[in-house]
Amino acid sequence: MNKAYIFVLGGTSTITLSIFLFILVPRLQVSEINKDAVSAQSPYTENELKGRKTYIDNGCLYCHSQQVRDPVAGADKAFGWGRASLPSDYIYDKPHLLGTMRTGPDLSNIGSRQPSRDWHHLHFYNPRLLVSWSIMPGFPFFYEVATSSESPKPGAIRIPGKTDQWIIPSEEAENLVSYLMSLKRDRDPVKASEATK
Amino acid sequence: MSKGGTVDAKVVFLILTFSISVLGMLAFVVALIQKQVLVPASAAKSIFGKNEVGHSELDAKSRMSDQWKTLDQSAKIPILLFMVSSVLWLVLGSIFGLLVSFKFHAPEFLGSEALLTFGKLRPLHLNIIAYGWLSPAALGVAMWLVPRMTKVPLQNVKTLFAAGVIWNIGVILGCVGLLFGLNDGLEWLEFWWPFKILLALAGAMVAIPLFRTIYLSKEEHLYVSMWYIIAALIWFPVLFIIANSHFLHSGVEQAIANWWFAHNVLGLWVTPLGLGIVYYLLPKIIGHPIASYQLSLFGFWGLALFYSQVGMHHLLGGPIPTWLGNLSVVMSVGMAIPVITTAINHHVSAYRHFHVLNESVVLRFIVFGAMSYTVSSLQGSLHSLRTFNYTTHFTHWTVSHAHLGLYGFTTMVLFGGIYYALPRLVGRNFKHPRLLNLHFWVAATGIIIYAVGLGYGGWLQGKELQNVNGSFEQSVRLTMPYLVVRSFGGTLMLLSHCLMLYNVFSILRPEKEAVIK
Ligand code: HEC
Ligand code: HEM
Ligand code: HEM
Repeated sequence: MNKAYIFVLGGTSTITLSIFLFILVPRLQVSEINKDAVSAQSPYTENELKGRKTYIDNGCLYCHSQQVRDPVAGADKAFGWGRASLPSDYIYDKPHLLGTMRTGPDLSNIGSRQPSRDWHHLHFYNPRLLVSWSIMPGFPFFYEVATSSESPKPGAIRIPGKTDQWIIPSEEAENLVSYLMSLKRDRDPVKASEATK
Repeated sequence: MSKGGTVDAKVVFLILTFSISVLGMLAFVVALIQKQVLVPASAAKSIFGKNEVGHSELDAKSRMSDQWKTLDQSAKIPILLFMVSSVLWLVLGSIFGLLVSFKFHAPEFLGSEALLTFGKLRPLHLNIIAYGWLSPAALGVAMWLVPRMTKVPLQNVKTLFAAGVIWNIGVILGCVGLLFGLNDGLEWLEFWWPFKILLALAGAMVAIPLFRTIYLSKEEHLYVSMWYIIAALIWFPVLFIIANSHFLHSGVEQAIANWWFAHNVLGLWVTPLGLGIVYYLLPKIIGHPIASYQLSLFGFWGLALFYSQVGMHHLLGGPIPTWLGNLSVVMSVGMAIPVITTAINHHVSAYRHFHVLNESVVLRFIVFGAMSYTVSSLQGSLHSLRTFNYTTHFTHWTVSHAHLGLYGFTTMVLFGGIYYALPRLVGRNFKHPRLLNLHFWVAATGIIIYAVGLGYGGWLQGKELQNVNGSFEQSVRLTMPYLVVRSFGGTLMLLSHCLMLYNVFSILRPEKEAVIK
C-alpha cells in the first residue's frame, strides 16, 4: 500500500476545516445578526426581479459594485454612495450582486441618488449622451427609435439635442430601471426590536 | 441556540465538520510521528529512470524517452483530446478577452449587438478560460504525469475519453446558455446549473480512473507532484458542489460562499496542479533532483492549511463579519511561508543549471511560470493587508494580479507541460522548434506589458477612489491610457496563442515519410 492515503486524509481535513470556518460559522452568525434587523431593502416586486435578471444577463455586475465601505477604506461616502453596507441590506438578494469591480460607480443607493427614470433610459440608450467621459457600454437594443415631431407613444423620451428623435423603452428596459429604482440602501439601519415600538 | 429544529440541525453540522477536521489533523500528526511523512531524500530521484540523473531529457525520440514510452502513451487519445480541445478554447477565450479589453477604451465597438455586449463577453472570457482552458489543460498534463510517477498505466482509458467529450459538451452548452440568459449570476460560477452537472460528472470520470491508477501503484513513496495532484482532485469536487448548492445560500452568506469558491478554485485547484507540473518538469529537464525535497513538505502542507482559509480577502471592507476578513488576512500573509519555501526550491534548482535554459524552450516556460508564481503570490500577500487592499480593491490592479497569476504562472506552466508531453504522446519531435521559442517570447512580453501597465493604472485608480476631494470621473480618466496598454499586451498574448495552435496541429499531422513507408 502506498502513502497516497496521507494526502487524501490531509486534503479532506483541511477542506472540511475550511467549510466549517467559511460556510457554517458565518451562516450562524449572519442569520443571528439579521434576526434583529429591519432591512433597508424592501422585498422586490415581480417586475423588479425581472429587471434584476436583466442586470445579471447584461453583466452590470462586472463593472458596478453594490457594497459601500466605511470611510476608513475609501471615499465611498464622499462620492454620495451612502452609508456602509450591512448584512441585512441583502436579505432578499439571491443571487447576491455585491460585485468586486468599480469600473463604474457603486449602485447601492442609485434609486435615491438618481430618481429620474428618463435619465436612466437615455443613459442606457447611450451613456455618452449624458456623460461625455463615460466608458459604460450603451444598450441601444433595449430601445426602439422613432422619428416624429411629437411624442410617438406614451413613455417615449426625446433624445437630447434632437428635435424629432425619440426612444421607446422596451419592457426589459422598464423593468431594469424599476430594479435600479428599488435600490435605496441608504436608509438608516433599524433594529427589529426598536422598529416595532 | 435551542429554539427550533433548524438551529439544531446546523449545530449538528457544525460539530460534525469540526470533528472530521480535527480527526484529520490527528491522523496527520500520527502519520508524522510514525515517520510516514518525513521522506528520504532519495525520493526526490524517483522521477528519474536508470542512469538518467545528470542528463536532461530533451529529445522525445532519444533512448531516454523510450524507457517511458509505454507509460507515456498509455492513454494517448483521451489526453490528446483534453490538450487539443483546451488549446482551441484558449484561442477562443482570449479572442473574447481582447474584445472585452477593446470595449474598455472604445465602448461603442461592437456595441449595438445584444449578443456582443460587454456583459456577455466578459463572463464568456472568464468561464472559457477557467473551464475550457485551465481545467482541462491542467487535467490533461496531470493525466500524462500520473503514470510516470506511479509507474502504472492509466486505468479506464475509455472512461477518460468519454469524460473529455462530456466536459467539452458541458462547456459549449454553458457558453451558449450565457448568451441566451441561462446564467446563475455568480462570478466564476455563471454557467447554468444543469450544465455544471455535466462538468461535475466529467470531473468524476477523470478523478476515479486517476485514483484507481494511484491505488495500484507499488511505489514506496509518491513524488511531491503527486501530493498536489491528489489533493487538488479531492478539493475541487467538494468546492464545486458546495458552492453550486444554491438552495444553501442567499444574501451576504452567498457572497461569502461565492468568494470562498472563487478563491479556492485558484488556490486549491489551479495552483496545486500548476505547482505539481513545475515540481516534475523542472528537475526532469535540468536532469537533477529538486534542491531540497524536505522543503517541499512545508510548501505543500502550508498551502493546504493556509490557502484554504484566505477566501474573504476578496470581500475586505464589505458587509461580512470582521473576524472572517481578519482570518483571511492572517492566512494570506501566512501564505508567504509556503510560497517562499517553494520559491527557494524552484529557483535554486533552476539557478544551479541555468545553462539548460539555452537548450530547452519548455524549461523557459516552466521557469517563467515559477517566477510568476513567486511574484504574484507575494503581491497577493501584500494586497491582502487591509491598508493596501483598501486602495487596490475594486480596481484594475486586481485584474492585473489575476492575469499575472493565471497567465504568468499557470498558463505559462501549462504551455510548457503541453509542449513537453505532446512529442512524447505522438512519438515525434516538433518540426519547427523555433516557433515554440517565438511563442514563449511573444507571450512573455505580452503578459509583462499587461500586468505592469494595468497594475500601475489600477493603483492610480485606487488612489483616486480613496480621495475624498476627488471624483469618480477622474478615476475613469486616469486609467484610460493603461486600458489601451492592456489591449496592446493582450494582442501579443492572442498572437502567441495562434502560434501555439499552429504548433499543436503541425505535430499532430503525421510526417510525410511515415505515410509513404
Ligand atoms: C464596462 C463597464 C460598465 C458596464 C458593463 C456597465 N456600466 Fe454602468 N457605468 C459605468 C461607468 C464607467 C459609469 C460612470 C459614467 C456614467 O455615468 O456613464 C457608469 C454609470 C452608471 C450609472 C449611473 C451612476 C451614477 O451614479 O450616476 C448607472 C445607473 C449604471 N451605470 C447602471 C448600469 C447598468 C444597469 C448596467 C447593466 C445593464 C451597467 N451600468 C453596465 C460602467 C459600466
Ligand atoms: C488575449 C489575452 C487576454 C486579454 C486581452 C484579457 C482581457 C481581460 C479583460 C478585459 C478582463 C475583464 C476585466 C474586468 O472586467 O475588469 C479579463 C478578465 C479576466 N481574465 Fe483575461 N484576458 C486575456 C487572457 C486571459 C487568460 C489567458 C487568462 C487565464 C489564464 C485570463 C484570465 C482572466 C481572469 C481570471 C479574469 C477575471 C479577473 C477579475 O475578475 O478580477 N485572461 N481579461
Ligand atoms: C499568497 C498568494 C496569494 C494571495 C494572498 C492572493 C491574494 C489575492 C487577493 C487579496 C485578491 C482580491 C483582491 C481584491 O478583490 O481586492 C486576489 C485576487 C485574485 N487572485 Fe490572488 N493571491 C495570491 C496568489 C494568486 C495566484 C497564485 C493566482 C493564480 C493562480 C491568483 C489569482 C487571482 C485571481 C484570478 C484573482 C481575481 C479574482 C476575481 O476578482 O475574479 N492569486 N488575490
